Amino acid sequence: MNVVAKTETGRAVGDGFALVRDRLPGGGKIADLRREAFEAYERAGLPHRRIEDWKYTDLRALMREVLPLAPRPDAAALSRAAAATKPQLIGGVRRLVLVDGVFAPSLSDLGNLEKGLTIRPLRELLDAGDSALSTQAFAFDNSNPMIALNGAMATDGVVIEVADGTVLAQPLQIIHVASGGAPAAMFTRSLLRLGRDAGATLVESHLAADVATAYQTYNALVVSIGDNARFEHVRLVEDAFDAFNISSVNVSLGAHAHYSTFGLTSGAGVSRYQMTVTFAGEGSRVETNGVNLLNGKQHADTTLFMDHAVPNCASREAFRAVVDDRARSVFQGRIIVRPDAQKTDAKMMTRALLLSDEAEADNKPELEIFADDVTCGHGATTGALDESLLFYLRARGLPEKEAEALLIQAFVGEAIEQIANDALREVAIATAQRWLEARV
Amino acid sequence: MTLRKNVMSLLEVKDLKVRVEEREILHGLSLTVNPGEVHAIMGPNGSGKSTLSHVIAGKPGYEVTDGQILFRGEDLLEMEPNERAAKGVFLAFQYPVEIPGVTTWNFLHAALNAQRKARGEDEISSPAFLKKVREVARSLNIPQDMLKRGVNVGFSGGEKKRNEILQMALFEPAVCILDEMDSGLDIDALRIAADGVNALRSPERAMVVITHYQRLLNYIVPDFVHVMSKGRVVKSGGKELALELEESGYAQFEDAA
Repeated sequence: MNVVAKTETGRAVGDGFALVRDRLPGGGKIADLRREAFEAYERAGLPHRRIEDWKYTDLRALMREVLPLAPRPDAAALSRAAAATKPQLIGGVRRLVLVDGVFAPSLSDLGNLEKGLTIRPLRELLDAGDSALSTQAFAFDNSNPMIALNGAMATDGVVIEVADGTVLAQPLQIIHVASGGAPAAMFTRSLLRLGRDAGATLVESHLAADVATAYQTYNALVVSIGDNARFEHVRLVEDAFDAFNISSVNVSLGAHAHYSTFGLTSGAGVSRYQMTVTFAGEGSRVETNGVNLLNGKQHADTTLFMDHAVPNCASREAFRAVVDDRARSVFQGRIIVRPDAQKTDAKMMTRALLLSDEAEADNKPELEIFADDVTCGHGATTGALDESLLFYLRARGLPEKEAEALLIQAFVGEAIEQIANDALREVAIATAQRWLEARV
Repeated sequence: MTLRKNVMSLLEVKDLKVRVEEREILHGLSLTVNPGEVHAIMGPNGSGKSTLSHVIAGKPGYEVTDGQILFRGEDLLEMEPNERAAKGVFLAFQYPVEIPGVTTWNFLHAALNAQRKARGEDEISSPAFLKKVREVARSLNIPQDMLKRGVNVGFSGGEKKRNEILQMALFEPAVCILDEMDSGLDIDALRIAADGVNALRSPERAMVVITHYQRLLNYIVPDFVHVMSKGRVVKSGGKELALELEESGYAQFEDAA
């Protein structure tokens, strides 16, 4: 069964890759990197449960096949995309919109860039020829088949550079929109480079037009944070409920840098978010917070890999899931403390709230510690809403669903509170609120 | 029917039998409470006092096998706990729970509006709500910053009980059931809490004060005292009954039951 699926999958995408080669920007070295990445993907095929890293998220069973590449969006697609983004607009941010995997200048805001900020579509960069920057965008680990596939197939993305010493006042937003043509796949890859002493805030939003169904979105983001720089990163996944979202982020930090990230997944039928953070300079700090709000048959997997490669760095991972109906939330968190990384301070905590008997939360924390002078720990809890708290609230007049909503709100609120940017925090609160109101 | 309504009791417990799992806790308990009355229910541990308060408020886990509880003639047992609250039944908990992440302000506002909505009344505006809560909080000596914290989180025993009375004052219920209000309170905290309760006595409102000790009844003076033993009311009388109990203890009634 699996073998058949693999062969079919391999062939379908293999044919697809040959067919769409001319639509994939970048010649020379980039074309070579794409071919290598594709071959790496083809050797592995879609990951399945017998691969340890994917044991909770068997893409062969859940996804079965990689769909053909989405066509370039036409005027109708762009207008559907524009309508879809409208209710989600966040005041005061600079919008960069990718529709069906293609940068849409007409929906994006590239005017009056702050001094020290450069933004280019990936396609433009690649068409201009090889450069260190384009190679960096494709320098990914092909041992992960889904990252390899993304590298082979990426049609576009945004490349953002923030110069040394530039602290952006205005947050940036990358919006991925599925416009809702025939079910198809979109592949995007973006790059953010923060120089020394730089600062930026980025929100990534995944959303879809009402008519979009059963699409697949594959995204990768490469972030390098320079010495003394700070980066706040918010991610909101509100894809269609039968869509697939397979995304990766790869972050590397210089010395005395600060990375803080918050992710909220309430959409997509099946999602996997793979996050790799590498400490490359001493004295840096990372805070990752995530919330899954799931119902129906949703499946959301967050897989983090925190690589403490150098001494004197700190990381905090706090992940919360609220799981209703027959949904499933997966959290895999691996922290590695390499032999030289003395004085590492790494902590990981996951908490899951199960709202139905059939809901499931899988936690897999892993600590691999090779240094002896470190502070590391992890904890996990899974449970239902506290009956005594529910009764107290109901005895004070709150109907059952509202009482539940208040307790869920409190549960996720503690994670949302970690978002430093006021506007983005409000957006996350509103997103969680919508999810709760849909339950009542 | 309309005529009868005027003379109808506020709360009528009729021959109530209640089980928890396989054990019967209340074996046919009756109690009638009219507007303006303060009833004290006394009894030794395990006599079923708290069970009665829980069943009136609608706590899950109790099975009523026989009997009725009527509130203004309506079948209370058919109502959800929140419906009972909106109708005017209030239980002051023996052990108020802590709810981290939900501020007292938000909780009070949401609860008050839920009750008003259930009664078909308009929601209370934020400024009107703030004004009301501030007034009540001041009268109960509850500092403002306590209202900004999570519900009961980090509150002392006395503060938790005062928070219950604050809610009682805010929701203006018709019947207040006070479950062991004196437990865990020193004499000063008890006096503040009792003053708060006394301030809420009115000709329209009834109170049922559940307590193990007579001490509380020096501060909240009841009109009627009922002695419970082994799941029944075994003796009823005036406030002097409480003093009698203080002298002779519960033993005589355990035999009676």
